[in-house]
Amino acid sequence: MLNLIGNYSLIFALFISLLLLFFCFKNYKINNNLYFNIFALSSLQFFLICISFLALVFAFIVSDFSNLAVYYNSHTSKPLFYKISGSWGNHEGSLLLWLLVLSLFSLIFFIKSEKLLNSFRYLTVFFQQIIIIGFIVFIIFTSNPFQLILPIPNEGLGLNPILQDPALAIHPPILYLGYVGSSIIFSSSLAALVCKYVNKEWAKDIKKWTLISWIFLTIGIMLGSIWAYYELGWGGFWFWDPVENVSLMPWFCLTALLHCTSVLEKRENLKSWTIILALCTFTLSMSGTFLVRSGILNSIHTFANDPERGIYILIFLTILILISLIIFFRYNDFDSPTKSFLISKETAIVVNNWFMMYFLAVVLIGTVYPIFLEVITNEKISVGPPYFNQLMIPFLIPFLFIMALGPKLEWIKNKKIGLKLKKLFLLFIALIISFLIAKHLNTKVLYLTVLISAALYLLFISIIDLNNNKLKYSQKISHLAFSILIISIIINSLFSDEVSVNLKNGHEKQVSNYLIKFENISKMEINNYTSLKAEIQITENNNMLTFYPELRLYKVPEIITSEADIKTKLFNDNLVVVNNLKDSDYLNIRYQKKPFMILIWTSSIMLAIGGIFALRERI
Amino acid sequence: MYGKKVKLRFLFLFLILTVLILTVFLILKSLEENVVYFISPSEIKELGEIDYNNKYRIGGMVKEGSVFMNSDEINFVITDFKNEINVKFSGVIPNLFSEEKGVVAEGFLKDRDFLEASKILAKHDENYMPPEVKEALKEK
Repeated sequence: MLNLIGNYSLIFALFISLLLLFFCFKNYKINNNLYFNIFALSSLQFFLICISFLALVFAFIVSDFSNLAVYYNSHTSKPLFYKISGSWGNHEGSLLLWLLVLSLFSLIFFIKSEKLLNSFRYLTVFFQQIIIIGFIVFIIFTSNPFQLILPIPNEGLGLNPILQDPALAIHPPILYLGYVGSSIIFSSSLAALVCKYVNKEWAKDIKKWTLISWIFLTIGIMLGSIWAYYELGWGGFWFWDPVENVSLMPWFCLTALLHCTSVLEKRENLKSWTIILALCTFTLSMSGTFLVRSGILNSIHTFANDPERGIYILIFLTILILISLIIFFRYNDFDSPTKSFLISKETAIVVNNWFMMYFLAVVLIGTVYPIFLEVITNEKISVGPPYFNQLMIPFLIPFLFIMALGPKLEWIKNKKIGLKLKKLFLLFIALIISFLIAKHLNTKVLYLTVLISAALYLLFISIIDLNNNKLKYSQKISHLAFSILIISIIINSLFSDEVSVNLKNGHEKQVSNYLIKFENISKMEINNYTSLKAEIQITENNNMLTFYPELRLYKVPEIITSEADIKTKLFNDNLVVVNNLKDSDYLNIRYQKKPFMILIWTSSIMLAIGGIFALRERI
Repeated sequence: MYGKKVKLRFLFLFLILTVLILTVFLILKSLEENVVYFISPSEIKELGEIDYNNKYRIGGMVKEGSVFMNSDEINFVITDFKNEINVKFSGVIPNLFSEEKGVVAEGFLKDRDFLEASKILAKHDENYMPPEVKEALKEK
C-alpha cells in the first residue's frame, strides 16, 4: 500500500513536471500572466513528492519489509529516531530527499520572486523543472525506493551501525539543502542570461540563494567532520579524503560567488564571471553526488555501489553542462565593465576569487587525477594529505593578509592608503607571538612564523574591526570566525599528540610521556547492541585521567563500533579509543591530545551565523 | 606603435599566463611527489624497482590465522590468494578489520615481503571489498 502511494505520486509528479515545462515555456514566449497555473502546479508537485517521501519514512517507521530499501536498511529493534533517519541514510532515500528539497526550493523561489521580471521567473522554473525531471527519472528507473520484495521477509538487515549517530542522521539533509540551493542559482543564472536580466536586481536575489546554500553547506560539512572525529575514532576532523573534498569544492565556489555577487550588486561589474561561478557551483554539487554514488572514488567512505547509477548521473550531468555552455556562449554579450581602480574593494574581491579558484583547482585535481590515471594507465593511486597541505598552506599566507585589509577598502577607488601605526604595531605583535610559538616547536621556524602571524594578524584586525561601524555585522562575524578557524586548525595540527598500545586486562605500560593502564572492563546490554566499557587510566606528569571508551557489538548486522571517550576542555581535547580483535585478550588502545577542537567547531558555527546575519539583512 | 592601453592589456595577459603556468607546474610537481600507489601483493612481486622513500597502499584480504598482537604492535598477512605480504602496524586498527575480510594498509615497504604500515584503512561497509580482491577471488 505505502509502496504504491509513494511510487504513483512520484510518477504523477513527473507528469506535472512536463506540464510545468510546457506552461513555463508558453508563458515565457507570450509573456502572459498565468501566474496561478504555475504556482498551483508547483505546489501540487511539491505536495506529491512530499507524500512520496512521507510514504517512505512511514514504511521505515512501521518496518514494512515488503519494501526493498526498508529490508536492506532497517530492523525492528532499531530506535525510532534511527528508523526515520535510516530512510535517507541509504542511496534511494537520499535521492528522494534531494528531490523533495529541489521541488521545495523551486516553489519557494517562485513565491519569493514576485517582484522580479516575469519572463525570468518562468524560465527559472523551466530550467528547474529540467533538473527535477532528471532526478525523478533517475529515481524511478535506477534507484527506486519503492521496490517490492517477495516473499516478504520477517526481519530487515539493519542499518550500518556507524551511521546510527545523531550528527550523521542530520548531516545528509543539511548537506543536501546546501547542494540543492545551488540548483536555483544555476537555473536562475541561465534564465537571467536568456532574459538579459543580469543586473543589480538579479544579483540581490541570487545572493539570498547563495547565502542559503552556503550556510547549509558550511553546517553540513562541519557535521560530517564532527561525525568523523568522534565516531570513526581516527582522531582527526579532516582527512582530505575524496568524499570530503567533493563537498568542499562547491563550498569554495559558493564562497567566491558570495563575494563577487556584492560587486555585481553594487557596481554591475563581473557579470560573466558571476554567471560562470553560478553554473560551476551546481555542476560541482552534481558531480559530487555522481562521484560519491558511482563508487568511482577510491575513498575510505566507500559504500558498496552500483555503477549503472553513475553512468546515468554522468549522462544527465553532461546534458546540463552542454545546455549551460550553449546558453552561456549564445547569450553572453555584456556591456563593457565600468572602470575601477587597482586599489579598490573590487580588486580585493577579485583577488579573493582568484584564491578561491586556486584552492578549488588544487582540490579538484587532487581528487580527480587518480580517476583519470586509473582510466588511462590502469594504475591505482591515491593523493595523500601532504599534497594538499603543500599547495594550500603557502597560499593561505597572502590570502589571510588580503582578507585582513580588503574589507575596509572603498569601492571604485581607495583614496588614502595610509599605513597606520596601529596596524603596524599589530603586525609586530603577531610576528613576535608567532616566532615564540614556532621557536618552541624548533622546526621550520621562519615558515611557521610567517604563517601563524598571518592568521594572528587577521584575528587582531577582525577583533578591532568589530567596532567599525562602516562594516556589516555579517562580514565582521564571518571574517573573525574564519581567522579563529584557521588559527585553531594550525595550532591543532602542530600540537596534536598520540600514542597507542595494546594491553591485557590489569596491565600497564609507559609510552613516551604517558603511563597507560587498562583497569577494567564491564558489559551491559542496551537496546540493539551490547556495550563493553573499558576503564583506562592515563597518567602524565602525575596527573591522572580516567577514560571510559566503549565498544558496541551490534547484532544486526554483526558489526563492532568504537565509541571514543572524549574529554573536552576549552583549549584541549583528550580522547581514548579502543578496539578489540576477535579471540585476542589484548585491548587495542589509542590516546590522543587534540588542542583547540572546540574552537574549530564553534568558529565553524560562527562562520555560518555570519551567513545568517547576511541573510537577515536581505529578507 | 601600440597605445598605452594595448600595452597594458598585453602585460596583464602575459602576467596571467605566467601565473597560470606556474600554478599548473606547481600542482603537477606536488602531485608527483605525494602520490601513493595502490598495489596488490602480486604486483609487488612484479614491481621492477621499489621506491623505499615512497608510501604504498596495499589491498587484499587478511589471511586466516595470521593476526598476532603484542603490547607494541599488530602483525598480519595480506593476501590476494596468489601472493602475500607481511604487515607490521602499531596504532588502532579499524572496527571492520578482521581475518578473512578486505583490508588496505598504507606505509613504507621495507622489502618485497614486508610493509611497515602507518595507517590501516577501514571501509564503512562490511560487504565492501577492494576491487582487486574481488577480481582475485573471482579468478580463484
